[in-house]
Amino acid sequence: MSKLVSAQTGNEAMAYAMKQVNPDVVAAYPITPATEIVQIFAQYVADGDVKTEFVAVESEHSAMSACIGSAAAGARTMTGTSSQGLALMYEMCYIAAGLRLPIVMADVNRALSAPINIHCDHSDTMGMRDAGWIHLFSENAQEAYDNMIQAVRIAEHADVQLPTLVTTDGFIISHGMENVEHLADERVQKFIGEYQPQYSILNVGKPITVGALNLQDYYFEHRRALADAQAAALPVIKQIGEEFGKESGRAYGLVEGYQLDDAEYAVVALGSTCGTAKVVIDSLRAKGEKAGLLKIRSFRPFPKDEVVQALKKVKFAAVLDRSDTLGGYGGPVFTEVRSALYGEASKPPVAGFIYGLGGREIDMEMIEELFRLMKSGEVKPDSVQYLGVRE
Amino acid sequence: MATLKELAARGDKFTGGHRACAGCGATIVARQALLAAGKHPVVAGCATGCLEVVSTIYPYTAWNVPFVHSAFENSAATVSGAEAAYRSLKRQGKVADEIRFIAFGGDGGTYDIGIQSLSGAMERGHNMLYICYDNQAYMNTGIQRSSATPRGGHTTTSPAGKKQPGKLQFRKNLTEIIAAHNIPYVAQSVVGNWSDFTRKVEKALDKGGPAFIDVLQPCRLGWGYPPELTAEIGRLAVETNFWPLYEVEDGKHKLNYTPKERKPITDWLFQQERFRHLKGPEHQGLIDEIQRDVDQRWEALQKRCAL
Repeated sequence: MSKLVSAQTGNEAMAYAMKQVNPDVVAAYPITPATEIVQIFAQYVADGDVKTEFVAVESEHSAMSACIGSAAAGARTMTGTSSQGLALMYEMCYIAAGLRLPIVMADVNRALSAPINIHCDHSDTMGMRDAGWIHLFSENAQEAYDNMIQAVRIAEHADVQLPTLVTTDGFIISHGMENVEHLADERVQKFIGEYQPQYSILNVGKPITVGALNLQDYYFEHRRALADAQAAALPVIKQIGEEFGKESGRAYGLVEGYQLDDAEYAVVALGSTCGTAKVVIDSLRAKGEKAGLLKIRSFRPFPKDEVVQALKKVKFAAVLDRSDTLGGYGGPVFTEVRSALYGEASKPPVAGFIYGLGGREIDMEMIEELFRLMKSGEVKPDSVQYLGVRE
Repeated sequence: MATLKELAARGDKFTGGHRACAGCGATIVARQALLAAGKHPVVAGCATGCLEVVSTIYPYTAWNVPFVHSAFENSAATVSGAEAAYRSLKRQGKVADEIRFIAFGGDGGTYDIGIQSLSGAMERGHNMLYICYDNQAYMNTGIQRSSATPRGGHTTTSPAGKKQPGKLQFRKNLTEIIAAHNIPYVAQSVVGNWSDFTRKVEKALDKGGPAFIDVLQPCRLGWGYPPELTAEIGRLAVETNFWPLYEVEDGKHKLNYTPKERKPITDWLFQQERFRHLKGPEHQGLIDEIQRDVDQRWEALQKRCAL
């Protein structure tokens, strides 16, 4: 079979995946740099290319509220947003997860105000890292496309039943054009299958109450079940990533190691920076340096065991965070990785680097410098520093 | 319109056993609305607030229809999503029933924090009825002012004190704000007139498209009166012209009831603890102002109905 390849930006690739998923409902609101996803999808609706009911809401808060109503009604439901829009949704994102509604979101990473800034960092997504959603980070437009399709399966899986977001890095991926390989429409449909909701408020013959008040006697159990669902998602994400590999030739795991097996020094990162790191590693390897990368694809659920396993043999790991915890000790990825390693018998020292806020460039020289610093012992274990900022 | 006998035979879709106060008007709104809607299968939604917290304490529910609650400010948006799902699945032949959608919200969730969500849903033209149970304050959190609280009303955030006589502002006219959306059906009704409310719910659901009913709902706790007077105090609001019963159908205003003799506003105010501090000569000026406001709003409404 000939390959279906076209040049697409990340936004186009995500919108195209949504078209092929052909959801029952999309409720969304435009925001830079995710606007195109909503625009392109609206055109699919206008041209009759999808069966979707498109709800062009008056805010992101209403977008997620409408998604909740729609998913409670047993409809396959998707949305897309970024930054302030996501922040306006936060309240409803917690509720979507608490109600166990398998909504899928295209989430284009952008900095949070103030100061206002439209460029990439991960502050928006990290602001809802405890909301109960599954977070899949994408390195490029191809992964964004692939992740959107897998997200439907993951979210709707009987053991999971959790809303799932797929990120791209604002402008870097969302507006950067690449060759993206697609599956044919019918193969996407076959892969995701017909949605069979366990419950629906449209089942008027069997009325259910969604969103009941839980007091001291039940709330804790329902929140505990939510935590269990996150844990249950780990093998599901892995299995669906493998199945997707059989379908497309592009298999996915919870993490991806790049030149990591014999690496002495490693960087740990999310998203588009992993692509830059791979180029640096290739050039270092050519010089005989044992450099490697651990890319975390699933940040929620956080794959603790895979991270520990992957970093076990390295001599030092630099953990890159494209967001800050402001008053915490290190960025969100650093705190997760360090916490995962703590107590392990065989573990490398780690240091945290906060970089790239508000779209500040991270280039190959900066990553190369990180490897040099690790090797020369100039980075103190457990230290946290800022990279690329004028002090 | 369904007769009382027919309504009684339908069986309650909002059942007893919930935790509302004795004499609660909000639960009367829910029960009568679902009875009136009874010939259609209904999906209901509700904003966070009294009605939701008293009726859905897990593992119990008073709702014998499918029900969804998500948050405070978004009953309209949430139900609009369910309605969109219904349209999609209906078109695909995956749902057989002819379902109607009703969203409930108190005045806090409707006039204030939820007005954007309501305006958006009405503008988008969803086939849903939004019913505001308007008890003129945030009762669920312990009686705080809303933009529906009348001038002079004592609430815990517009308290009557030594310098201020309760709420300083007049209430917002939400019914007209929603009428300005040019939707098929908008109406005002009241707890205490079951036939007016039943007829309006039936009409709203039969017309199709977005519809809004603002129901004045006396609250014995927040308004301060004996629980057995809920319906009576509602009717008195109509007899004083404080709360005219009218509807706006396809843009045309129609008055549904004119009192034979308009009663003075003090007849209604002084049945309620929240206005008790206005008794006495030092507040006569404010009482006159409140009366003038009632009369002016009534005259403006009559003009709109004469068009």
